[in-house]
Order: sequence, then structure tokens, then C-alpha cells
Amino acid sequence: MIALLKRDLALSVRAGGGFGLALAFFLIVVTLTPFAVGPDSGTLSPIAAGILWLGALLSCLLSLDRILALDFEDGALELLATAPIPLEGVATVKALAHWLTTGLPLTLAAPALGVLLNLPEPGFKWLTLSLAIGTPALSVIGTFGAALTVGLKRGGLLLSLIVLPLYVPTLIFGAEVARRGAQGMPLETPLALLGGITLATLALLPFASAAAIRINLR
Amino acid sequence: MEMNVTDLACTRGGMRVLEGVSFDVPSGRALVLRGPNGIGKTTLLRTLAGLQPADAGSVTPGPEAIAYASHADGNKAVLTVAENLTFWARLHGTSDIRPALRDFNLEALETRPAGSLSAGQKRRLGLARMAVTGRPIWLFDEPTVSLDTDSVALFAAAVDRHLGAGGSAIVATHIDLGLEGETLELAPFRAEAPEDHHDAFHEAFL
Repeated sequence: MIALLKRDLALSVRAGGGFGLALAFFLIVVTLTPFAVGPDSGTLSPIAAGILWLGALLSCLLSLDRILALDFEDGALELLATAPIPLEGVATVKALAHWLTTGLPLTLAAPALGVLLNLPEPGFKWLTLSLAIGTPALSVIGTFGAALTVGLKRGGLLLSLIVLPLYVPTLIFGAEVARRGAQGMPLETPLALLGGITLATLALLPFASAAAIRINLR
Repeated sequence: MEMNVTDLACTRGGMRVLEGVSFDVPSGRALVLRGPNGIGKTTLLRTLAGLQPADAGSVTPGPEAIAYASHADGNKAVLTVAENLTFWARLHGTSDIRPALRDFNLEALETRPAGSLSAGQKRRLGLARMAVTGRPIWLFDEPTVSLDTDSVALFAAAVDRHLGAGGSAIVATHIDLGLEGETLELAPFRAEAPEDHHDAFHEAFL
């Protein structure tokens, strides 16, 4: 499994791997926001947490179709399915690799981008924490969506349509944690729910992803 | 390792293509599958490899003893030849890729990215993967596509060595590889075409 993780990380940082794409997209979305809603700090400050979460979520979406489609196209997915590691393990490792190359950089970049949107000072800590807890769920759910659409030609749009509704709970509670944090309000409840969603997706969805891959490989 | 297949039936795209396929492949022997295009050679191999369930019948041993080489090689274009092989070796819990590189004459290409190889060289890399899996039964689906005469000889020699070491192999191919073993013609196992069911539902539209 570590071999697979290393390979996926190596593939993502080499030519055409798409590492940094999500980060660049995140930067652009956040930079464009003041142009759209006006540079007034009184307007930006209350929506900063929400914009940052939405930007992170959309950036995450951008690289989902690469999780399994490339391996499917060159036949590696079939060979992985006959390898000694279970497909559930493959799905988990693929989600982990996606998180390490997308979710983690987004989380680390978010505080810097928070400055651009005039995020209130107490919010930085909670924004980072909520992204750190919430983005793994985005990768795991995204892997499930990628598994469902893996056999389809140009399934990218369908993948987005399937995955976006599933992202809603994570977005609601993640953005709520960041918003409440920024306003200094109590945030234990959304934080616990966000963590719960992530743990539940981590526990359940690799099995669903593996089942979907098996069906699509038939 | 000996392989027994009894009364196997397999399906492709919802259509039964083969029925009642039975054969034994003893240790050290190869089985060459033959048959016209579309008879179900690939479907049979995929079923044996565990990629799709069998409709009926039994296969022993299970997929964990079987390494499968499909039409596609699964090479990553941006990884070098050695990196590609090392990945498959580590995934299968083996570590030595030297013999595989040697057997398929890839030593000079070791540091080249797989994307820059010729079609035949890519094929050799895909076939070399089988040698690093450490599994006793090898399945090949048209392994000699895009290989030149010398590479076909290399491939046949590698399979021969595998057979000599007590392994076995099933090869779907149209050319003569000179392997030790039987030939199985698949045409007699072609599934009966399903009867036309002109039931009430269909008749309503006729």
C-alpha cells in the first residue's frame, strides 16, 4: 500500500500530474472574489470564511477525475484489482494521495488567502482546523464519485454533479466552524459534526468505492 | 502450480459467450487458447483472473495465485522503466527486478521514462511485470502484439523458464510460441445463442 501511495505522489508531482493546479485555482477564486463583491472590508469580512471554504471545495473538485481515470485508461486499475492488496485499500490510498496533494496544500494556503479577504483575526485558527478536518472527507467522497464514473468517457461533469450534493454537509459544517470561529461564537457542535462526517465517510465509503470499481471493471 | 477449471461459463456484456469450459494445466505446462475473434478468449482470461465473476463452474486455485497480463500494460508514462517495475514488485511483496529486466532485455532502458519507449518496448515492460509478481500461474492475452521476432523469442524463453521452475501459463495467441503444453480450441464451447423470447411484452410492440 505504501508503494501505491508513493507511486501516486510521484505521479502527481511529475509532468502532467496536476499538483498545484488546485492550489492555483483556489488562489484565483479567492483573488477574484473582491472584484466581484467589491473591495470594501466591511463586505468581505463576514463572507470570508464561506468564500474560502467554497473555494477550497471547488478546487478539490477539479482534480477528482484524475484519481482513477488515468489508471483505468492505461489498464493499471485492472492490474491493481488483481494485486494482493484489496480494492478497499486501493480506494483508501488513492483518497489519501489525493488529500496529500490537494486537501493538505489547500489547508496550509487558506490562512494566507484569508488575509486577502480580510478574515477576522480569531478566524484563522478555526478556518485552518475546519479545513484540516473537513478536506479528508472531500477526498474520500470524491474518490467514491470517481469510482462510480470510472468507466465513462468524459465522466468529469457527471462526476461533479454526483459529488457536489454529497459535499453539502461537509461544506455546511466546515464553513459554520470557520464563520463562528471568526465571530468568536461557540463552535463545538458544528466542529463535532464535521469530524463525525469525516470519520463516517472514512469508515464507509472505501467499501462503496471498491464495490463501484469492481462493477465498472467487469 | 496446477490449475483446474471445471464447467466454467462466462458472460460478456450481459451475453453468455462460453459454456462448459473444462481443462487442467499441470505444473510446468502451458495451455494455448485459440479461437476466432470474439469467441471469448479475453473474457475467459478475465474470469480466471477474478476480474469478473463466473456464471457457473469452478476455478482452482483462486485469483491470488494468478498474474494477468491484459491488452493494456498499465505502465506509467512519466515513471522510468525501473520505477514501473519496482512499483509492481513492491505491490506484490517482491523486491528483485533484475531478473525481469534481464529476461526481457530492458537493462539498457532502465532509466528511460516509459512514455518514451517504442510500442514493442512498452509491451516488453508490461510482460516483465509478470516476472516480478512472484505468482505461479501466468495468464497472457495476446502477449506478442507489437513484438518483433527477437522479442517474441525472449518472451517464449521467459515463459519457458517460468514453466521450468514449476509454474504454469495460459496464453491466448494466434502465433506458435513453441511452448511445452496443449492447445485448447475455444470454438466448441461457444454458448448457444439465446432463444428469441417473443413474449407478450415484445409482441405488444410488433
